[in-house]
Amino acid sequence: MFKRTFALLSILVVASMILAACGSTPAYECTDPLGCVDVAPGEPIHLAYAMVISGPDETLGIDSRTGVEVAIALKGQVLGHDVSLTGEDDGCSAEGGQAAGTKLAADPTIVAVFGTSCSSAARVAVPLLSQAGFVIVSASNTAPDLTRPGDPNQHPGYLRTAHNDEIQGAAAARFAFEKMGVKKAATIHDGSLYAESLQAVFAKTFQELGGEITTQEAVDPNATDFKSVLTSIAAGGPEFIYLPIFVKAGSLITRQAKEVPGLENTYLMGADGMFSPDVVEGAGDAVEGLFVSSPDLAAFSADYQTVFLPKYKELSGVDSPISIFHAHAFDAANMVFAAIEKVAVQDEDGTLHIPRQALRDAMYATKDFPGLTGSLTCTPTGDCADPKIAVYEYHVGEYPPERIWP
Amino acid sequence: MLRTWRQRITITDIVVWTIGFAIAVMVVYGSAKTLALGKYTTETWIDLSITGLALGGVYALIALGYTLVYGILRMINFAHSEVFMSGPFTAAFAAEALVKQGLWNTYPVLSLLIVLTVSAGVSAIIAILVERIAYRPLRHAPRLVPLITAIGASFFLQYTFRGLYGSGLKGYPEMEIFKGFWIIAGIRVFKTQAAAIIGAVVLMLILYAIVQKTKMGKAMRSVSEDKEVAALMGIDVDRTIATTFALGGVAAGLAGILYLLLFPVAHFYMGFFPGLKAFTAAVLGGIGNVPGAFLGAMVLGLLESVGPSLFLDGLGIPAAYQMKDAIAFTILVFILIFRPSGILGERLTQAKA
Amino acid sequence: MQSQNTSLWKPAIQSGLIAGGVAVLLSLVGMVATFNQRFIISGVFSMGQVIFLAPMLLMSYFFLRKTMALSSQKIVLYGLLIGVMGGLVLVLLVLLGTNFNLQAMFINSSSKLYDILTFNQPLAPGLMILLALSAVMGVLASGSFLIPPRISAAVIQGITWVLLVGLLRDLIITVTSRWGPLAGPVKSLFAVSGLKPLGAIFLFALISGLYYWRNGKPVSPAQKPTQTKDRSLLFWAKWAGLIILLLLLPPILGIFFSDILDTVFMYILMGIGLNIVVGFAGLLDLGYVAFFAIGAYTMGVLTSPELNADPMTYWQALPFAMIACVVAGLILGLPVLKMRGDYLAIVTLGFGEIVRLLALSDWLRPWFGGSQGIQLIAQPVIGNMVLNTQQELYYLFLLGVGIVAFIAWRLRDSRMGRTWMAIREDEDVAIAMGINHVAYKLMAFATGALFSGIAGTIFAAKLQSVYPHSMNFLVSINVLCLIIIGGMGSIPGVFVGSLVLMGSPELLREFAEYRYLVYGALLVVMMLTRPEGLWPDARRKLELHEEELEAEAHVLAEAETSAMKSAK
Repeated sequence: MFKRTFALLSILVVASMILAACGSTPAYECTDPLGCVDVAPGEPIHLAYAMVISGPDETLGIDSRTGVEVAIALKGQVLGHDVSLTGEDDGCSAEGGQAAGTKLAADPTIVAVFGTSCSSAARVAVPLLSQAGFVIVSASNTAPDLTRPGDPNQHPGYLRTAHNDEIQGAAAARFAFEKMGVKKAATIHDGSLYAESLQAVFAKTFQELGGEITTQEAVDPNATDFKSVLTSIAAGGPEFIYLPIFVKAGSLITRQAKEVPGLENTYLMGADGMFSPDVVEGAGDAVEGLFVSSPDLAAFSADYQTVFLPKYKELSGVDSPISIFHAHAFDAANMVFAAIEKVAVQDEDGTLHIPRQALRDAMYATKDFPGLTGSLTCTPTGDCADPKIAVYEYHVGEYPPERIWP
Repeated sequence: MLRTWRQRITITDIVVWTIGFAIAVMVVYGSAKTLALGKYTTETWIDLSITGLALGGVYALIALGYTLVYGILRMINFAHSEVFMSGPFTAAFAAEALVKQGLWNTYPVLSLLIVLTVSAGVSAIIAILVERIAYRPLRHAPRLVPLITAIGASFFLQYTFRGLYGSGLKGYPEMEIFKGFWIIAGIRVFKTQAAAIIGAVVLMLILYAIVQKTKMGKAMRSVSEDKEVAALMGIDVDRTIATTFALGGVAAGLAGILYLLLFPVAHFYMGFFPGLKAFTAAVLGGIGNVPGAFLGAMVLGLLESVGPSLFLDGLGIPAAYQMKDAIAFTILVFILIFRPSGILGERLTQAKA
Repeated sequence: MQSQNTSLWKPAIQSGLIAGGVAVLLSLVGMVATFNQRFIISGVFSMGQVIFLAPMLLMSYFFLRKTMALSSQKIVLYGLLIGVMGGLVLVLLVLLGTNFNLQAMFINSSSKLYDILTFNQPLAPGLMILLALSAVMGVLASGSFLIPPRISAAVIQGITWVLLVGLLRDLIITVTSRWGPLAGPVKSLFAVSGLKPLGAIFLFALISGLYYWRNGKPVSPAQKPTQTKDRSLLFWAKWAGLIILLLLLPPILGIFFSDILDTVFMYILMGIGLNIVVGFAGLLDLGYVAFFAIGAYTMGVLTSPELNADPMTYWQALPFAMIACVVAGLILGLPVLKMRGDYLAIVTLGFGEIVRLLALSDWLRPWFGGSQGIQLIAQPVIGNMVLNTQQELYYLFLLGVGIVAFIAWRLRDSRMGRTWMAIREDEDVAIAMGINHVAYKLMAFATGALFSGIAGTIFAAKLQSVYPHSMNFLVSINVLCLIIIGGMGSIPGVFVGSLVLMGSPELLREFAEYRYLVYGALLVVMMLTRPEGLWPDARRKLELHEEELEAEAHVLAEAETSAMKSAK
């Protein structure tokens, strides 16, 4: 038995050596502290994603992934190289993040990673990916700690195009208190990190401004009947309900709130998790007057409707985007392309060298980058989303909603 | 009576009764405290109850399919929640096509009939296929085996439909005739809620009549009693069981459309949780018993709707509605402990389950 | 004989149509397009093509295997028929899809899919190729019955290896890149995706040649049964070799595989526990994740400085976590053990959900962290070494699995194990024999809970954090699936099941998207064809095949009596 195995191995080795082509020595010398990625002519630039692509949260990740794919398809080539995208499932969980992070970190050809989808996965995956020298850009992590200077969960190389909860939650509270002049508000979250932390920031800011929080309720994102929880919220007599949740539960709540006595005239407000055409469809007539906070899309480029969406439909086969962070992912991909074009060095034979630390620096130096989600400028810890938050109001059958504040 | 009562009480009983008593005390204390606080008015309680009943109607519609199959085969058709999902999910595409043709609101009755037929048809086909492929070859296998294939079939169907129709949400168009509400005795009842409750009652009556009055129903009942003897009596057992599954599928398909009237969003995961709740309802009412499923569903709907406010608010528990499923499952556990046959059930659990 | 053969035309056509239906389903579900990006042989054929052609091949193979003793002409004809019928169904799909807009409903019915199905050719020639290749698949299957078994076995082995190696290209390169001199030659076999055509031919020739050569050799005397002393020595040598190999795995394979192994071993830990509950005692527990969660959360609560002013170390907290799990097992066990079968399944499922909801709730947030979970959980320290990489934690998992597997193995053959099986086989009889079924069922529950809880503590330490979202129903289903696939009641089965179910999706990322689809299908197929699992427990196998064995025994007995009669 051993003899045969040994024979097999030696045949393999010898034969493979014959097959092996002699590599030419590269002329470029890499001086980057994190090393360089070399892309031979004809080979693609390897980007990866770590997003949730299976299980109950999969729409979030599949949608963002399509956003990246659209960016790649529209870009075509970067410096004469194709772009390939592979990836792992982050499962929207810590263990999924660890598995995905470990696997991606083992592949030295990867230049940048898009992800993770969920902040819980990011806390575990980002240290691994950061260690490997990658650039990591998330389109949907919103937990404040990931980019808080000095926080143990903040790591070099990590950036995000999604909004930090602290900015968005506080803006929503100011809108409610100062613009709408309400004094009593309630919040609803769905048990996700995103919603829970947004509503906590909202409640804190709202109370600091002098308002009163009547109830902080929670619902199951997979439930469909919210009338009883709304009825119970109505008993507290709030003038304003903040529900920073996702499209599915959000549009059902919007619809059902109108049918609950006592809430007919209460303002409802969502966060960017509900900035989606699906809300207009899902909530029907009840969508009238629903507020939603989002990056200030004064420049919400016409590109979104004319260029992005048609390609998205073509690539994914669905009528409308299935979740909400595709534009953020699209911007993330384009930021990476721009940074690669800025720092990469090309040999005469077409080999591309991408220095890793320089790439990170270029990413952090992003300034006034024109994206679908606004004008992006990165902070030194990687918050790249446009810091201006605006509030929009939905009208029946209209998308995008009307900008009303500030 | 050879042993005294003291000998017959085991440690198990003591623990169970203690836990049950503790929960009962919590419920009573919480309710009293909530009512004393007076946070909710009488109208609120009435509104909550109406909501609960409408939700109960939805659960009842799904629970009927479960209970029908259980009544005949004495097995949980775990894949029933996916049978429930498949029909309406497909019908949502038909509805969309009708809207595009402009027929949706001009011929509402016709449109509704088309959608109901599509939904019931697809659900019935899926139910028959599941029975044919996953259950029939295993009729003589140990009890655990078909239960496992049922779980497998459920996952397979869920993700097949996800692959076919995509993982996004599919909006279901509203119908003009179901908009608005009626005021009955000062209580506001939405037309969709009324449709769900009435639909559940009608479906229950029809199924009850089929099982009790028709020849097919007689065959089903005899198969349920004893398959071998039924076969000797000239009943085609396989066909009877297939018919039962088809009937359950039709019920699920119709239920699905009523469900979409109330909650107009279809997606591949829509069957799982309502299916679980409906099963709980069926057990609560006494599984295998058609009126029992209806009653159990109504009780469950009420508990979920009123329970968190009533029991937990008084105890100062924040976000009480997060716990509504926990309440439902706790109730289920205790019903099964203290009355395993359910509210209306026959005593079959010991003998056959 | 003649009439029997002619009547096979109908089932053959049916099989062909089913194969085509399966291929259509796989195409519309999106598997074909997803896997098409992965080449087996670069530029020649991809995994996507394998997926839509394999149904014809397999269906034809199984059909022919069932109906042996046919003339070789018939075999080829039937194979061809099945292939052509399957191909026709696919052709129909392409015609429908290219002429109507199916995409409004079936999102995967894209032009991309039809390009793949027609091999990037114009429609008419593409369809001809599709049909021809399907037919070839059917005939290929019949070929395996016609050529000598020695050749066909070698060819099948060669093809399987080429498929596997091409599919796992990325992994093989990642691992071999750590092996110094071997890295270059191995890499030269591969293209950017899949094998190079030359590499594939080389590999095929190598493997099938080796097989052919080996099968041709007569059995050497050394392989004949040896004496008992040598055998026991061999036995121990095998075990020692296995243990050394297990200990050396992380440094050989690197962090990438160590992480996969960690996952596999964690599920083995849970699987062994659930195997006691489901496999030994026959209690279907669908809320097994509850104990895993209790273990992980106890560890988190006791060791995280976030929630605890005076955090413990991992080892200090471990006993508390174990006690908590056993107590939880008893508390759940006491009320529910009076129920049987189906009810038990649903109640345990409910219990799992309750635990998750409590962990998630805002109510218990000050203690359990709510939806924000618990972070900064302690990692085990041995001496001066903190076990904090996946490679080091592997040893902790290995130790846990070793202890737990040993306990389970001893338990199975103990009085308690036999009692559990008696309850599983027939509870009423067991009670009549004087077995205190409640006490024994409780023991099973508590033991299962304990093992799962241990897995939970290591899980928490590995991630240094726990979130309620990790404690969902799918974990219970995963564990259940793996013990069923491996073989209920069989301890080696748990290892096999975990390797197959937990390992393979980690190896092949495209597979992760279709993980539950495949699991579901596997569960059904497994129950229909091989309910005893991949590595069955002897006793359980006996039970499941009781009727067949009885029938066999009956036939034997009859043959004997008739032989005796004729002798008289």
